Amino acid sequence: MGFFIETLIGGLMAGMLYSLVALGFVLIFKASGVFNFAQGAMVLFAALAMARFSAWVPEWLGVDSRLLANGIAFVLSGALMFAVAWLIERLVLRHLVNQDGATLLMATLGIAYVLEGVGSSIFGSDIYKIDVGMPKEPVMILEESIEGGLLINREDFVAALIAALLVSLLWLFFQKTATGRALRAVADDHQAAQSIGIPLNRIWVIVWCVAGLVALVAGIIWGSKLGVQFSLATVALRALPVVILGGLTSIPGAIIGGLIIGVGEKLSEVYLGPFIGGGIEIWFAYQLALVFLLFRPQGLFGEKIIDRV
Amino acid sequence: MKLQQLIRMASAALALFSSLTAPPVLAQAKEQFFPVLVYRTGAYATNGQQWANGYLDYLKLINAKGGINGVRISFEECETAYATDRGVECYERLKGKGGGATVFQPLSTGITFALTEKVPVDRIPLITAGYGRSESQNGAVFTWNFPLLGTYWVGADVAIQHIAKKEGGIAKLKGKKIALVYHDSPYGKEPIPILQELGKTHGFDVQLLPVAHPGVEQKATWLQIRQQKPDYVLLWGWGVMNSTALREAQSTGYPRDRMIGIWWAGAEPDVKDVAEGAKGYSALTLQHGAEPGSKVVKEILDLVYAKGQGTGPKDEVGQVLYMRGLISAMLGVEGVRKAQERYGKGKVMTGEQVRWGLENLNLDQKALDAMGFAGVMRPVQTSCLDHMGSSWVRVHTWNGSKWEFSSDWYQADEKVIRPMVMLASGKYADEKKIKPRTPEECRK
Repeated sequence: MGFFIETLIGGLMAGMLYSLVALGFVLIFKASGVFNFAQGAMVLFAALAMARFSAWVPEWLGVDSRLLANGIAFVLSGALMFAVAWLIERLVLRHLVNQDGATLLMATLGIAYVLEGVGSSIFGSDIYKIDVGMPKEPVMILEESIEGGLLINREDFVAALIAALLVSLLWLFFQKTATGRALRAVADDHQAAQSIGIPLNRIWVIVWCVAGLVALVAGIIWGSKLGVQFSLATVALRALPVVILGGLTSIPGAIIGGLIIGVGEKLSEVYLGPFIGGGIEIWFAYQLALVFLLFRPQGLFGEKIIDRV
Repeated sequence: MKLQQLIRMASAALALFSSLTAPPVLAQAKEQFFPVLVYRTGAYATNGQQWANGYLDYLKLINAKGGINGVRISFEECETAYATDRGVECYERLKGKGGGATVFQPLSTGITFALTEKVPVDRIPLITAGYGRSESQNGAVFTWNFPLLGTYWVGADVAIQHIAKKEGGIAKLKGKKIALVYHDSPYGKEPIPILQELGKTHGFDVQLLPVAHPGVEQKATWLQIRQQKPDYVLLWGWGVMNSTALREAQSTGYPRDRMIGIWWAGAEPDVKDVAEGAKGYSALTLQHGAEPGSKVVKEILDLVYAKGQGTGPKDEVGQVLYMRGLISAMLGVEGVRKAQERYGKGKVMTGEQVRWGLENLNLDQKALDAMGFAGVMRPVQTSCLDHMGSSWVRVHTWNGSKWEFSSDWYQADEKVIRPMVMLASGKYADEKKIKPRTPEECRK
């Protein structure tokens, strides 16, 4: 029983992190109808910036405190992600207003390659460390009530808490602020939103900035766990089944989808894996998402697509 | 008439221009072309580029010292990103360049599997030092493959020998549980047959735990390790999978001193960010470890880096994977040198001639010491039937800041490995309708 609970908790915590990356997809899709294939590259770029700035800041400014150096690095990386968002809007999206989804998707694919290339050119392609003081050693709880106790990974626990906090803030931003409503209006129809005076270009910059910020937080968490290197870009692949399952337009969908995928892949690997060869968690997540799609093509919480003919 | 004159003049001018701009034929004929398959991008770039830097720096060192008996080396990189399809594409693009490729070294077991079928047709040797197909040690069947220095079966056998030594003897393995955490790819699957065979012989249980590419998600794997409590974990990873495994071991409380990695899971990028968390973790070495103080490294710093011609960062020169690339290049160069002894010193060798050279390598300790490899590696002697040439392995352990040798030399048990090699290579020969070479054919 204890082992099952441990697996379940591990899955939930992993799922929360998937939700965070999935949120980047959802934010941009909600506001611009663009499936942002560059989200993984943004996570990598942001993490590279954070890792390198946190190493460079003490050299540049003679700062001794790790907290201060990380704080300055976070601000600089955030500013860089805002600059990236602005450039993407100026150089790419502005020229693609009212183009169909496939064109925009291909554009984001191009952005992904540019970010990966520019990122490794500026910051290098070595493995870099982000040390934000995340606890690495596990903790044992409920030793008296459950045989063998429950081993909790403190790093994953803290990461899941941060992810949950950020997800809640973003949900509030979308639902309760005027900018959030404007973002949703743009997502529904570019032309209609423009006709009622919503500045499309500004909205796009805002949403890409927010997605950049989400990428930065995701990059710091994953970078702290795995080290900052190219593989971080593949973390986005973990979030794809989450958005398929949760729906591309729903923030709660990203959260619930992340948790279902996280738990599903861990339980499947542990309990099903040994019977079918193991190493199944990645494709199992996609299978799970596909099964959901059979019954709800728009995802669990996605908006139902109605085409009038 | 005027038109004919014009054509003649144009032809003459063109011929003159061509003769001025074309490189001298003699210089071209004196270049031995080495294609260099690398991965500096993608999920495994961090590890791949150190190997590539070592490989290229050694070729540059040979050129700085006058080439191979006066034959300069030309080379061209091709990026595979560790993908089999791109590796094959690189092979096809480079095999005919520079008068013909000398040797291919793809640094990928997946690409090796694909090229094993191609190199006999194109007659180009394929060196896979420390990777590739384990049964390709049998040169009678795998005429063009050279898994020099060691195969994964060697690695697995030595890992078990090391565990037995730690436990106090081979008999103590009975009833033990050994988990193999492996990259779910041809590379990661290579040690499975020999581990199962050894498990049957010595009475230990083998638990197989595959990890999907690239290996960033291993929570479920380590939860299973926590549940099954194996006595030892063998780590058969590459790239980010290794550091992730060590982090997960730390977060599930699995003791690092009970983990043993293959030589592709025992370099600086695998542990440096985990630092103290990886303390006590051991890995096999393909003879060498980090060798910053070796003579060959000093020569590279003096003759290549001091002239601003170094390929990678100077502070990585001499690290584990850098040395692996450097030694791989050295083996290719020595294959050419050996071939020249038979086919003509100072001449450019064909792939077929280099194959003969690689099959007759005899790098004794004196020769290795003279080349600057004293203390780095032990002798290598190949033959028609043995394309591996050596099976010496040491173990090194991460002390929190650097790798330190922690064992004496081990040698793989031929009594275990040879029958498996013969069986598997015989099966391959039957499948592919290959007639194994006879000793008489080998002598030609």
